[in-house]
Amino acid sequence: MTPPRLDATFAALADPTRRAILARLASGEASVTELCAPFAMSQPAISKHLKVLERAGLVSRGRDAQRRPRRLEAAPLKEVAEWADRYRRFWDASYRRLDRYLQQMKKKEKSHGRD
Amino acid sequence: MGATDKANPTTFTTPSDREVVMTRVFDAPRRLVFEAWTSPKHLPHWMLGPEGWTMPVCEIDLRPGGAWHFVWRRADGTEMGMRGVYKEIKPPERLVCTESWGGDWPETINTLVLSEKDGKTTMSQTVLYPSKEARDAAMKTGMKDGASVSFERLADYLRKIA
Repeated sequence: MTPPRLDATFAALADPTRRAILARLASGEASVTELCAPFAMSQPAISKHLKVLERAGLVSRGRDAQRRPRRLEAAPLKEVAEWADRYRRFWDASYRRLDRYLQQMKKKEKSHGRD
Repeated sequence: MGATDKANPTTFTTPSDREVVMTRVFDAPRRLVFEAWTSPKHLPHWMLGPEGWTMPVCEIDLRPGGAWHFVWRRADGTEMGMRGVYKEIKPPERLVCTESWGGDWPETINTLVLSEKDGKTTMSQTVLYPSKEARDAAMKTGMKDGASVSFERLADYLRKIA
């Protein structure tokens, strides 16, 4: 329940250019040159963003030694999504139980009177 | 499970960039709701999430600056813990604390507000995230309808926010 990379994932997702890079990679791998094309940004700037994404485990490098294509890695994003899903279900189930528990508390109070 | 409560549903909303608010009505005075939220005598009976978890550790030092620490355990031995510090305590209407799952988890500030009318309590729990991005990542990827999120949906989401 404590994915160590979650913080790095959040930090990596905090930048619009990095989110755009991830969105591009979501539709297939791409080389750094290809990734630069839609952005008004220099290759070193894009490479810097890619480094952050790689460190967060969100992007990996493909086998082709010439193109060195970058690829989206789903695992850390899944962790974030699963955490969020679990969070919601946790509270939903807990509140339902609290509902029932409060009725018990009310009954008990009635039968014992208040102190 | 699946016993959805039609009379008292829980609503999840996002009133600002960094917040998630959960609201629900309980058929009990807020004095009792506040007690259920702040006493180790009561919390382990309901704050358990989905079926199958128990709460063997429930430490509460209910004063401003006082710490709280909860640990949940499943039959297979899986454990998860959460801790934080109380910031503001105003029975029976307001409780503010920090919350973190530990490690690199983003720390949130949670504000519980209870208002009472005709013996019923409206509870709102506001979770304030450290950044919009943390909140968005949490909300938009999975909290919308509670369904488990596939990678495809996540990719869609990334395309949308790009």
